[in-house]
Amino acid sequence: MTFWYYIAGQLPFEWAQFTFMQNALLAVLLFAPLFALIGCLVISNQMAFFSDAIGHAALTGIAIGALAGLADPLWAMLAFATVLAILVTVLRRYSSASTDTIIGLMMAFAVALGVVLLSRGGGFARYSRYLIGDLLTITPFEILRLVLLLAIVAGVWLAFFNPLFFVCLNRSLAKARGFPVWRLETFFAVIVALVVTVTIPWVGLLVINALLIVPAAASRNMARTMAAYVLGAVVISALAGVLGLITSFYWGTATGATIVLWAMLFFILSLAFRRR
Amino acid sequence: MGIKKCLKSGALSPILYAIMISTLQQQATVSGPSCGGCCTRLINFGVTLNRISILEAINLHVHCGELTVLLGPNGAGKTTLFRAMLGELPYTGSLHFVHAESEERFIHPRIGYVPQKLDIDTLAPVTVLDLFAGALAHRPVWLGHSAAIRAKAFTMLAVVNAQTLLDQRLGQLSCGQLQRVLLALALTPVPDLLLLDEPVSGVDPAGIDLFYRMVSELRRTFDLSILLVSHDIPTAARFADRMIFLNRTILCDGSPREVLAGPCIRQTFGIDLAAAGIQQLENRSDQPVQHHP
Repeated sequence: MTFWYYIAGQLPFEWAQFTFMQNALLAVLLFAPLFALIGCLVISNQMAFFSDAIGHAALTGIAIGALAGLADPLWAMLAFATVLAILVTVLRRYSSASTDTIIGLMMAFAVALGVVLLSRGGGFARYSRYLIGDLLTITPFEILRLVLLLAIVAGVWLAFFNPLFFVCLNRSLAKARGFPVWRLETFFAVIVALVVTVTIPWVGLLVINALLIVPAAASRNMARTMAAYVLGAVVISALAGVLGLITSFYWGTATGATIVLWAMLFFILSLAFRRR
Repeated sequence: MGIKKCLKSGALSPILYAIMISTLQQQATVSGPSCGGCCTRLINFGVTLNRISILEAINLHVHCGELTVLLGPNGAGKTTLFRAMLGELPYTGSLHFVHAESEERFIHPRIGYVPQKLDIDTLAPVTVLDLFAGALAHRPVWLGHSAAIRAKAFTMLAVVNAQTLLDQRLGQLSCGQLQRVLLALALTPVPDLLLLDEPVSGVDPAGIDLFYRMVSELRRTFDLSILLVSHDIPTAARFADRMIFLNRTILCDGSPREVLAGPCIRQTFGIDLAAAGIQQLENRSDQPVQHHP
């Protein structure tokens, strides 16, 4: 961290002199590739609604953590999100209802349960931090956690990207080629749940899905190949992240939402540079 | 053999081993006449979904180097048959591939599959090379492609005369081009059995002809068993070695001449189509490969 503070301290900007901004900048630079990598496959797999639902379901995880008396509800959130991810995948397999309906139902259930549990005794305001997120309070220890997560996702993406990508393209084709389609889909759902859940306290569950979707969607407008798609998403995500962080510092706004607005701007610009 | 390995490691008792061997022998006798060269066998194959029987009692030997066209009305279970063979749906009965050299070896066939339509977002940033790399390469496609995978994709695309499409996006391809690309992918690596599910729906007449010619040639080059679902009876009649009429089970099975003259086609598709098919038979330059009795 000392090394990072040294580098960030050299930046000729006023905001770069504050430790919390240096922390946040590092966090944003870690978020960006993480979200972009996952976002690309979330979009290809038409799972935008699923990742949104996982984000919202974190409410119940928080509530369970609070009821269990945990200081940090992260583990409860992770456990609940994982269970939900697996449940949705299993239901998708065995139920004849459409995926949309299943995810909608699960999300409604999880959000309602979370709100009911958290609002007992009128104490919901205490948890609003999870709704909006606060990147500026991130600590070096939490950054370390992000580094770990990024390492895991990067490792998974190196080893499993091709099968996951192929399953997204066409399930029957993947099945015919001997890919374990259901295991891969469940695995992917769990990874999405993991990333969304871990990052919620800093980004906020209201906008977290946008960070997954928007940079990838913008890149998709312009890219011709998979490589360009993923790399473009990483770059757009990083740019939006840094710009969002700086503007939120000067405007005094919530960082997560400000980043999303920047990402949306990039998306609109990408429409102009759409490939033919 | 797997069983022997188990036996050595002590995981399987000799009694169990004996039972398994006798079951295998029983299967061999149940499966009836040998298939000469290599073939894919479906024995008492059935699919039941939500307690409704979709397919039942299907007994079928598909021989290598034989192009079998599967006909049947809508809802007859043709696509269901394919999906079950691919392992997407649970099935009863057995499906295995028998090698030419060693008749005793039952293995699950390696299946190449060309879907009716690749349901793909036309805007997706996926090139033909990305598609091949996704299926075959270890290096993740977002880190670029190795020269080896590029060469491999090029070679296989050349087989179906589509090598110029290597760097095109999937969304830019015409239906006929996309089907040829998928055919090339299905042939990498060369499968034991090739399943084509209405591969030319939405393709223009010239494209259909090209596709069938190609498939017809491939079965000889690679000695492939091919099962093809089609509604286009006249075209099928020109290329098929064998025709099967399916409606929940196999109702008619034989050479195109036998099946077209039989009751199945006439009753379902009308006498005109049956006649059109027979007329195409007269125009055939080659004669269908004789399949074993």
